[in-house]
Amino acid sequence: MTDGAAGTGVDPIVAIPVRHWGRWVGAVGVLALVALLVRAFVQADIHYGVTGDYLFSHVVLVGVWHTLEISVAAQLLGVGLGVVAAVMRQSKNPVMGGVGWFYVWFFRGTPLLLQLILWYNLAAIFPTLSIPGLWHADTNTTITPFLAALLGLGINEGAYMAEIVRAGIGSVDSGQTEASQALGMTQGLTLRRIVLPQAMRVIIPPTGNEFINMLKSSSLATAAQFTEVLRTVQTLAGQNLELIPMLFVAAIWYLVLTSVFSVGQYYLERRFARGAQRELPATPFQRVLRGIRPGRT
Amino acid sequence: MTTPMVLAEGVRKSFGKLEVLKGIDLAVQPGEVCCLLGPSGSGKSTFLRCINHLEQINRGRLYVDGELVGYRQQGGRLYEQREHETAAKRAHIGMVFQRFNLFPHMTALGNVIEAPVRVLKQSKAEAVASGHTLLERVGLADKLNAYPAQLSGGQQQRVAIARALAMKPKLMLFDEPTSALDPELVGEVLDVMRGLAKDGMTMVVVTHEMGFARDVGDTVVFMDDGVVVEQGDPKQVIDNPQHPRTKAFLGKVL
Repeated sequence: MTDGAAGTGVDPIVAIPVRHWGRWVGAVGVLALVALLVRAFVQADIHYGVTGDYLFSHVVLVGVWHTLEISVAAQLLGVGLGVVAAVMRQSKNPVMGGVGWFYVWFFRGTPLLLQLILWYNLAAIFPTLSIPGLWHADTNTTITPFLAALLGLGINEGAYMAEIVRAGIGSVDSGQTEASQALGMTQGLTLRRIVLPQAMRVIIPPTGNEFINMLKSSSLATAAQFTEVLRTVQTLAGQNLELIPMLFVAAIWYLVLTSVFSVGQYYLERRFARGAQRELPATPFQRVLRGIRPGRT
Repeated sequence: MTTPMVLAEGVRKSFGKLEVLKGIDLAVQPGEVCCLLGPSGSGKSTFLRCINHLEQINRGRLYVDGELVGYRQQGGRLYEQREHETAAKRAHIGMVFQRFNLFPHMTALGNVIEAPVRVLKQSKAEAVASGHTLLERVGLADKLNAYPAQLSGGQQQRVAIARALAMKPKLMLFDEPTSALDPELVGEVLDVMRGLAKDGMTMVVVTHEMGFARDVGDTVVFMDDGVVVEQGDPKQVIDNPQHPRTKAFLGKVL
């Protein structure tokens, strides 16, 4: 009855798997190309030692810190402005809606580099800044490179965040608003407690993307004379004439920063997925633990 | 004579050019269970949503517990109500939706205590204690910390009822509460509603459950095409309808 090859269904199936010859050929071909590329870089005229020498040097670390500082600050400003602009655009007040629309239209429609240069040269338009009767100051001393970079990057980011937040708010079922209104909650309370927390699930992944973008586009702040990591290594290269190894230093630090924040984004998304899935999937860390200590879940 | 809990006088409502309610006159007394029946598109859900001002009426007057819905009358003039006034009035009217509309990012208990804490300004401990009692009452004492996605439809709807009851409402509105449920889950929700009716809650129920309307309803109102066609004692209207449109509808659903 059961001769292995054609069992009755009681025995486990023993069959010869399909051979994927194409995969083997493809893998060998790609590996060959990778090997060629590695060989090219090994033989190239690059002083890798210089990269190593400067990677952890004090001046570079300060540049990295500045990059991180301006990126976080500008992103926070962008998120805040984005929420305000998104709420304004939903407002029934046509002035609010119009201003929200104009903000997005202008700052999304002109290049970031142009905006940064403009902020840095604000003194050319307004030599002094003042709130009539309360405060006034000289523009040149007030708008430091850091502030110019913060305003340029943050206000530009706010325009993009406004669209992301608007999409997030739009993704929440209208029944949620009805239910909270039926419970006697006001519009503000509904937005804060019911709509925004649910919109976060839609808002966070693109915001993480935006932040990773911000880490890199912060290098444009050099146009506002702000000294972040790319400007730092370029200055150093001007002294030691080793541009390529110095660019590698910056590239390595950008990769480190973006990798670290990708991990952070993963955990943030998990946090806001509560209630959307029956059970949260294990984190990679939990999966590793489970592999080490089987039997405990 | 007591003030009716709900009083509608010539209520009309249009969406653009489409007139959905064409003059509704209706009174629901305190403690009464009023079931609204009728084919879909007859305006019964719209009328229910007008009662707590989720929809604004265009003509007529609508009163809840003697107070005008959506407006304030002062010196012979009508003033549109401010948002916080509307919210304050809604806080005393519970509503249960066809699609439950639980807050998915909160647990069952979180759903129940949210409005008492944020709107009624109850202390968290107080809200949690009464939340426990309410969830126990709807048979979900073991599901306090479950998220809506982890509950069946019937369980979700029972949490939604507990959430509405947590505001200690004087009136409960049910908008087809069992229409989105699998047939075997309908019973558990109707049982909770029966219990509420027995405890004397004033209820307006839009439903297609003829059995529930007949057994639990004090009155049934049959609506068609934006008007009340027939109303009265449930057994009389359901078992012995007078109007041809009521007869035609009941002939199809019974």
